[in-house]
Amino acid sequence: MKPQRVFWLITILSLLAGLIDLPAKTRIKFAKFDQEISRPKLDLRIGKFRFYRDLEIKQGIDLAGGVHLVFQADMSKIAPADKDSAAQAAKNNIERRVNLFGITEPVVQTSKLGEEYRLIVELAGISDINQAIDLIGQTAQLDFRELPAGATAAASFADFKKTDLDGRDLSRSRVRFDKNTGKPVVSLEFSSEGAKKFSEITGRNVGKPVAIFLDEWPLTTPLVKEQITTGEAVISGEFSLEEAKRLSVQLNAGALPVPIKIIEQRNIGATLGVESIQKSIQAGLIGLLMVILFMIGYYGYLGFLADVGLIVYGLFSFALYKLIPVTLTLPGIAGFILSIGMAVDSNILIFERMREEIRAGKPKQLAMELGFGRAWDSIRDANVCTLITCFVLFNPLNWTFLNTSGMIRGFALTLGLGVLLSLFTGIVVTRTILRVLTRKEKE
Amino acid sequence: MNWMRFKWIYFLLSASILVPGIYSLARWGLRPSIDFSGGTLLEYKLSQETQKNKIEEVVKKIPQIELYSLQQTAQKTYLFRFAPLNKDKAEEIKNQIEKELNLSVEEIRFETVGPTLGKELLRKTIIAIFLAAGAIVAYVSWRFKDKKFGVCAILAMFHDTFVLLGSFSLLGHFFGVEVDTLFVTAVLTVLSFSIHDTVVVYDRIRESQKLFPNTPFPQIVNKAITETIVRSLNNSLTIIFMLTTLLFLGGATIRWFIAALLIGTISGTYSSTFTAAPLLVVWDKIVKRKQ
Repeated sequence: MKPQRVFWLITILSLLAGLIDLPAKTRIKFAKFDQEISRPKLDLRIGKFRFYRDLEIKQGIDLAGGVHLVFQADMSKIAPADKDSAAQAAKNNIERRVNLFGITEPVVQTSKLGEEYRLIVELAGISDINQAIDLIGQTAQLDFRELPAGATAAASFADFKKTDLDGRDLSRSRVRFDKNTGKPVVSLEFSSEGAKKFSEITGRNVGKPVAIFLDEWPLTTPLVKEQITTGEAVISGEFSLEEAKRLSVQLNAGALPVPIKIIEQRNIGATLGVESIQKSIQAGLIGLLMVILFMIGYYGYLGFLADVGLIVYGLFSFALYKLIPVTLTLPGIAGFILSIGMAVDSNILIFERMREEIRAGKPKQLAMELGFGRAWDSIRDANVCTLITCFVLFNPLNWTFLNTSGMIRGFALTLGLGVLLSLFTGIVVTRTILRVLTRKEKE
Repeated sequence: MNWMRFKWIYFLLSASILVPGIYSLARWGLRPSIDFSGGTLLEYKLSQETQKNKIEEVVKKIPQIELYSLQQTAQKTYLFRFAPLNKDKAEEIKNQIEKELNLSVEEIRFETVGPTLGKELLRKTIIAIFLAAGAIVAYVSWRFKDKKFGVCAILAMFHDTFVLLGSFSLLGHFFGVEVDTLFVTAVLTVLSFSIHDTVVVYDRIRESQKLFPNTPFPQIVNKAITETIVRSLNNSLTIIFMLTTLLFLGGATIRWFIAALLIGTISGTYSSTFTAAPLLVVWDKIVKRKQ
């Protein structure tokens, strides 16, 4: 591509990134002109695929304030083969309860370490840790309910009465596929005790609904077709695969109840976060200004171009954080700052090479191209080494012998993104601007 | 300029930093924060300035808690360290302070960590460092077609790691500075910076070796250092600018994290020129003597 075209492409991309970077509402006040502009949200639909971003920076709880909880799951009563489903069910259970709180974007993760299962919960923006722990820490209560004799078709969920059959009698639930129709169904397998109770209940309720409640909340009300004595039942219906999976996981929360114990809790007041983010941003800006002045002071015109590259770099990084989206934490900010240093480094390497070539008596334009070419080897090797470290720290394959902690991952992610972007701005952006400008000079 | 003439001085300078640090590491170790040792951290903002020992008196009267330390972190703000506590106990402490000292308490932070988690984090981090180091040795040896580059780059990296660990061991012993998970991130950052900087110097050596195959190795290294030292300093200066402003103006929560990065950056800059390059010369000399 011609440098001219690349130049315009970069300009357009930078403007787009700049638009994404705007806060949701900006007030522009200029003499008599006073208007609030709001940045649009991103909502792309291509067929079934939907890409939606609200384009707000996600803040980790160390910045936004909130609660970080780690629970240890007691799997001693669960058969080894069922442990993964039990962990999944416990996670789902926590998510469901957390959602009742109305917390935006809770993070619930399971992590397996050897034979231990842990659940990590992060709730931004709440401070009442006690209530959260109480609510999350309870094990799920599943029970089967029937309508009392004489109930009419107009009966509501409140009319269902508890039976003696509950989650302890259910051994597991799975998603199966109906042999005839091929549609997904949800199977229930009862213990021998449960099979007896279930047989009695279904015997009493042929042609009537039986409701399954989880934590006093109705999950499903299948109609009993016939008495079931084998201890194995199937709930069929017009499920999509997703719906069947969800129901099965919810049933498992009752069937494979996992008591959880809190082993770590952190409550970070929002004031601490706000204070440290404001100060850090302020300090970051001052630092950036010093870098910009230093570059101009030392490399003059070239330094100014590098600064333009650096600003483009800043716009792109911020836009990427919003698009991916990256949850920003304090270590994440550190990763970003380090990557600024590395972005500047690419430029310094190139300029030093160019100066050498000019000193050796080469014409300016040739010196420029040679400088970029010669510096590339060291830029590549140095950055690959950093990327290797980022890869190990980010641990994308979830190796259990490595870290999965959000903090270290956040750092690795912003540093890795920064290195990749800085390669782009250091090599493509600065070079294109230089090429376009030297061409103009010649004309 | 004949930089390599003074190589033993550079090693001596490194040793003068490394030896006390390693001695301190062996003797006193690092001061672990609750991230590693387990425990409870509680930070309160009181409605008025209060004497530390008065608060201590109140807290010590509450049964079944073990107060490790109490320190004032800002105006009216106090940081408590306990053996692991649950939230009910923390609530009790807050109520007692409010009642007995007749003021109101705002909870800024409450953190409790079980003791097993910290060890796990430490173990995983060490595995990560060795894994990354191994991969980098392999990559550098491959790109430079000689294992001495890979090995010496990693030696320089461990030089910086021990400078950092040693400094924090000393800071911990004399000033009570603790190492936490942020410190682990800092160590990792320093590792990547150190390698990054070393590779740039090595790249020059590689290039000159190709251009002047008959020049003696120490001379090539001298030339490479002369050519890269300005760039190395300039680059580090930009990072040092950023870090220094963050150190003085950034939030208190990240102060020691930034300090760790700063120590690491300075050490990393020094080591790529004055440790990694001379090590290559020494290695080269030993190999040639054997032949």
